Amino acid sequence: MSRVGTFHAVGAADAFALMLAEPLSFWGGVDVETGTIIDRSHPDLGKTITGRVLVMPSGRGSSSSASVLAEMIRRKIGPVGIVLARADPILTVACLVAQTLYGLHCPIVVCPIDGIGSGDRVQISSAPDGGALVDTSRSA
Amino acid sequence: MRLRLDDYDRSVLNGEHGDGAKVAMRILTGFSDAIGAEHLLDISGAHVDGCLYHGQVSLDFVERLVAGGGRVRVPTTLNVGTLDLIHPELMLMAPEAQAAPRRLMKVHERLGCVPSFTCAPYQTLFRPVFGQQVAWGESNAIVFANSVIGARTNRYGDFIDLCCAMTGRAPAWGLHLDHNRLGQILFRLVDFPVSLEPSDSLYVAVGLLVGAKCADRIPVIHGLPAPRDEDQLKALGAAASSAGAVGLFHAVGISPEAPSLNSAFGGRAPETVIDLTPADIAGALRTLSTVPDGSPITAICLGTPHFSRAEWDRFLPMLRRIAPRRGIPIYVNTGRATLEGLEKDGLLDGLDGFDLVVVADTCTYVTAILRRFDGVVMTNSGKWAHYAPGNIGVQVAFGELEDCLASAATGLIVRGAR
Repeated sequence: MSRVGTFHAVGAADAFALMLAEPLSFWGGVDVETGTIIDRSHPDLGKTITGRVLVMPSGRGSSSSASVLAEMIRRKIGPVGIVLARADPILTVACLVAQTLYGLHCPIVVCPIDGIGSGDRVQISSAPDGGALVDTSRSA
Repeated sequence: MRLRLDDYDRSVLNGEHGDGAKVAMRILTGFSDAIGAEHLLDISGAHVDGCLYHGQVSLDFVERLVAGGGRVRVPTTLNVGTLDLIHPELMLMAPEAQAAPRRLMKVHERLGCVPSFTCAPYQTLFRPVFGQQVAWGESNAIVFANSVIGARTNRYGDFIDLCCAMTGRAPAWGLHLDHNRLGQILFRLVDFPVSLEPSDSLYVAVGLLVGAKCADRIPVIHGLPAPRDEDQLKALGAAASSAGAVGLFHAVGISPEAPSLNSAFGGRAPETVIDLTPADIAGALRTLSTVPDGSPITAICLGTPHFSRAEWDRFLPMLRRIAPRRGIPIYVNTGRATLEGLEKDGLLDGLDGFDLVVVADTCTYVTAILRRFDGVVMTNSGKWAHYAPGNIGVQVAFGELEDCLASAATGLIVRGAR
């Protein structure tokens, strides 16, 4: 299935999805050493976001999440792309900072996320008009 | 991109003002686009919450701006850092662990930021005025600037506050704009005695309840007694922005944009009305203490947000009168400028034996200063009580300032001191 979205941070990705039912705060919610979700009130507690395309409705919580996500991208234990139903300025800043400082691209795309499931293969690429393409396929 | 840039914005983005400003503008425009702003506006002050060390990226970001010849374009104060640079002997961290956090604090000065290192920039010479457009980080400072002063800022934070300072611009969006500052949700104090006393606890409890219940809507509080001073409103805002995402509150008859209930809502009806009763207040205060009254304590922590001069002027006579001498440290966080004033006036002389520990530039719940983390700490701060158990793993008891000192004198949590 192919979706059209808007880039809030540009880049490309091809990885398996981690679909979160609820927004995640990176600050206090993710272990910056291991990439594991440690927020005890989050339904996906214990899952690892490293190397995944993170799919969730929106971001949440403190602006310190920007530092945590940027630091995870720097350590190469962050997600490789983020797909959001609603724009999130804090996560956007993190990806722009990582891009600027380290040339590491973790694209952020805003588009409808209905029907994406954890484990689906997600490919993020650029359309000729500069928009974002999100192609998903069920894993075998 | 919906964002329209003016000639100045484009010249910065093109690198005409140096590489540091260009980097800052690129991130600022990306952010502004993500929130759907249509253009940027001028700011005349900034407060940057970038001195707490979150990892290598914190330092790399500021050093990149410095390497690009960057300077802030507007007067810019700095929030607390990880270290007390005035009292380095208080830091219980290995020297090698202090190197990067110290460098982070110092390198901000090279961008032209004022080394204020306080979470209460509104207590400094850089306090904004009513209607002034600023870009502030630090949740308590944001809510104070908007609510108590009537200055205008959104809830900025990591990286983006500094990008605003470096460019002198902020997105024309949210609380910068008149029509987004009107109240949306009404909190009414009901069933309180007519002569309701403006205790510190009342303001903290109202802040916690409002923060927890208003989500991202702008609260209007009706029925609060006139506060003793602005520090009670500071405590309310700090509690509200700890328990929720509050960036602005109105207190009818008290805060500058709410002379009346009607004006606070701009003539519209509230979307929701929530009543706060004495039982709600008591319940909120109970949740702040993790141990029962009578428990032994190991420390007192005051000054979150940083103790103002007015708070010192209340506290010091109380300390001399109650004269606690049990060796229980009384930590007081304060801004370095406030500390300088106290020292100049000789107000800290003759306090030996009370185990008063003045902490500047940082705060006891974000760093390693407390001698013991295994005991119970008593505080008069709703914000400290909210965050410290999670941040540094202590047990906590919340109480009035005078009860904190009386407890330090007996070694056990006591209440009702007079």
